[in-house]
Amino acid sequence: MISIVLLSVFGLGNLFLGFLRSNRILLPAAMLMLGTVLTVNFIDWNGGPQSFFHDMLVIDNFSVAFTGIVVLTALLLIPFSEKYVRDGQANLAEYYSLLIFSLVGAIMMVAYNHLLMLFLGIEILSVAMYVVAGAEKSNLRSNEAALKYFLMGAFATGILLFGMALVYGATGTFELKNISFAVQNPVNASLTPMLYIGMLLMLIGIGFKVSAAPFHFWTPDVYEGTPTFFAAFMSTVVKTAGFAAFLKLLVQAFPAASAQGLWLPTLTAMCVLTLAIGNVGAVAQTSVKRMLAYSSVSHAGYLLIGLVAFNGQLEGASANGIFFYSLAYSVATVAAFGVVKLVADQRGREDYNGFNGLAKTNPLLAFVLTVAMLSLAGIPLTGGFFGKFFIFSAAVENGHIGLVVFAVVMSMISIYYYLRPIIAMYMRDVDAETAEPIAVSTFQSGALLLLALLTVVLGVLPGILSGIL
Amino acid sequence: MLTVLLLLWPVAAALLLHFFKGSAARVAAFGAALIEFVLAVFAAVTFNGGNSGQFSLNLPWIASAGINFHVGMDGLSLLLVLLTTFLVPLILLASYRRTFDNASAFYALVLFMETGLVGVFTAQDAFLFYFFWEVALIPIYFLAGVWGGVNRAKVTFKFFLYTIVGSLFMLAGFVYLYFQTGPAANGLAAHNAELTSFYNLSLSAQEQSWLFWLIFAAFAVKMPIFPFHTWQPDTYTESPAPATMLLSGIMLKMGIYGCMRWLLPVVPLGVSQWQDLVLILSIIGIIYGAIIAIRQQDVKRLIAYSSLSHVGLMIAGVFSLTQIGLQGASIQMLAHGVNVVGMFFIADCIERRTNTRLIPDLGGLTRQTPVLTVCFLVLLLGTVALPLTNGFVGEFLLLGGVYQYNAWMGAVAGITIILAAVYLLRMFQRVMLGPDSSFSDTITDLTGAELVVLVPLIVLVFWIGLFPNTFLHLSEGSVMNILSEVVKR
Repeated sequence: MISIVLLSVFGLGNLFLGFLRSNRILLPAAMLMLGTVLTVNFIDWNGGPQSFFHDMLVIDNFSVAFTGIVVLTALLLIPFSEKYVRDGQANLAEYYSLLIFSLVGAIMMVAYNHLLMLFLGIEILSVAMYVVAGAEKSNLRSNEAALKYFLMGAFATGILLFGMALVYGATGTFELKNISFAVQNPVNASLTPMLYIGMLLMLIGIGFKVSAAPFHFWTPDVYEGTPTFFAAFMSTVVKTAGFAAFLKLLVQAFPAASAQGLWLPTLTAMCVLTLAIGNVGAVAQTSVKRMLAYSSVSHAGYLLIGLVAFNGQLEGASANGIFFYSLAYSVATVAAFGVVKLVADQRGREDYNGFNGLAKTNPLLAFVLTVAMLSLAGIPLTGGFFGKFFIFSAAVENGHIGLVVFAVVMSMISIYYYLRPIIAMYMRDVDAETAEPIAVSTFQSGALLLLALLTVVLGVLPGILSGIL
Repeated sequence: MLTVLLLLWPVAAALLLHFFKGSAARVAAFGAALIEFVLAVFAAVTFNGGNSGQFSLNLPWIASAGINFHVGMDGLSLLLVLLTTFLVPLILLASYRRTFDNASAFYALVLFMETGLVGVFTAQDAFLFYFFWEVALIPIYFLAGVWGGVNRAKVTFKFFLYTIVGSLFMLAGFVYLYFQTGPAANGLAAHNAELTSFYNLSLSAQEQSWLFWLIFAAFAVKMPIFPFHTWQPDTYTESPAPATMLLSGIMLKMGIYGCMRWLLPVVPLGVSQWQDLVLILSIIGIIYGAIIAIRQQDVKRLIAYSSLSHVGLMIAGVFSLTQIGLQGASIQMLAHGVNVVGMFFIADCIERRTNTRLIPDLGGLTRQTPVLTVCFLVLLLGTVALPLTNGFVGEFLLLGGVYQYNAWMGAVAGITIILAAVYLLRMFQRVMLGPDSSFSDTITDLTGAELVVLVPLIVLVFWIGLFPNTFLHLSEGSVMNILSEVVKR
């Protein structure tokens, strides 16, 4: 709870800092704020479930752990906005505040105990994203992205809300435990179809937010148009919070066998579709940023396996798998987008050839992007491998062997497109357009190194975080 | 603890290497590799034969999933660790004359790979084994891909894809076995991936039948066995000499070692079902590799195909499931490592002096290069398996094993010795003897530094050939253990 309070205060404080008309203080201030929140957040660790606002929010280890991921992701991402500082971007304070406020939404999504809080959280997070998607006002593609995201997002919200209303109508409650009770002991059996339609509509709504197929179609276009910095935020924080919320919903509201009979096949189908579309779609891309967008879709697919590997608890294999996967994925994605942003900002291109010979001109960037790609591809020595391993193990444990086999085949395909930037960076020669080394500040180098280090630590010593929930 | 030191030291050295530049990096890397070798020799000296699992350490690694960081060495592991730590400094020394861009990264990758290799040979936990298996793969991908020839991107990509897909199948097999251990209900922590618990699983013949292929896939690609070999000649040819030596001298042994340690005793019923097929494939590989080698014009490609042929015999020996077959494979792993590294080094020496690897362009080199000729001939005869050389001991035992299993197969596999003599002596004749070429007068003999690489190799050619028992007794206990596990079920 303290992190929500702090973030709200800091968000406001940050706006006031904006009045100073000096961008230089904003970046360290934002990092300090996020660093504080990250540290303070863990005060609640093992503090037992604490409930707030008449049980509408519950802070337990689950929410603290996922809050940790989203705040850490934001903290590690912030250094890559340095260009905005240098360019004297007029709205920088607002951007940071939007990100900080959106984290409040993300925390509400991982700590909710009441559908209203889930809805509020999703909206706080989404509205901020709609705005930052259009951050480059003079860029038509950015405008298009913002509009597209907003329209699609509004639809999804409507569907989600409709689903919640139907669930409320059938159960008479918004609270997760009570919904679960009502699902198992229906007062009025004739309302059951309504309940299930409501549940499915909610799945669609959240599925949209985490870009699971077939509700993923906005992802590549929006990511491509959105400034890279914010696209990275979208593909990590939104997804992590979305999956934590998803898991909580399934575990606490719909664990009943009858409900499972409906959502399990739905999610399994979505999972297969997401994996196929994400991975096959990524192969065809020529822009690294679009490839990362499709890869983000495919990772939604792997995370969906974590949901399918449902074991009815907010601890244990599937929750731990989703936790570890989200962390490894977020760290690697921030690193990848960070490098892509640096390259794209200075070379003005995002295609694979723009990375030719990067290993010669900027060994550090090449190394970090390599680690990130290997992690996303799930190759050992990186966090991504153990993320996949835990998720797949959880699924195998619950007997979803076919799904895991499919996912393994898909990750074999993914190796193809994750290796392409590596090949460009290391095995192609520098050409006239890429001969110029990319300027990277010490600050950004430090952040990139930290990201690579985290990825490797997660890959070598997964034991430190693998079973904490 | 010694094993852990063997694993940690190269990584630490690789990290420290970033503070060195150019030739200083080379010297530092060589020094580090030499220290690693001294450590391995120390292990060999203090090793007391027979017992398995010495110098072992077992720490929880992923406690929540019951996975341990369990390393240890028995005789077979020790043999391969010795081979690895012996060859790596020589390989580093072999690249002495070459200047690589970004040398410290190059040498760091080699040392990093050394850790992966030692890890593969000492891991006692399936996931740790898989982990090191991939750790060894990533550096070689970059070594071959960054410092390789013109087609490097395409070729190394193919290599990477082949091996990683193979490895994923193996991982799937391990995961299945992992879930068979312990009670089903108590979550992941109830299972474990220990080698010994894999040995003690009771699996039906049908399960073992497909598990065999899952696990074998990774080994088959790595060795490689026909028809999974298509990445091999290209990768060997395109890689820079040190990477080729690492690939052929050590990495290939990962596959054979994997079969001996992780395949035969774990799924013995699966092995007995597919034994004939694997033997036939490996014998096809023997003959096929040899015949193609005869037709090669490129020295490096010729050695690559000869390696394919020789590895076929090792696989056949392993799958004969006889004691002499397995013992032959263990000694031949050593011998082949020595010979093939030597051969590639000689090829590299010739290429550096003449800028060509094509046999028709070469000829009559021997007049100016007596020392090179002698070294080449010794290594070549070792490869051909002349008695008193290392190749003879290994091939004799291997053929004996195959013959015990099936006389006809033994007879066909035996052709390898004749064919090897054909293509190797032919190459020698056309490169070193034969009519003079444009290089005959200008080529210079081996330098002192190059001799430093070759002399230890040649010493080993004769040492293994004359006193094979120094090494055979190391692996004997392990081979007996493996076979007793196979027979037990």
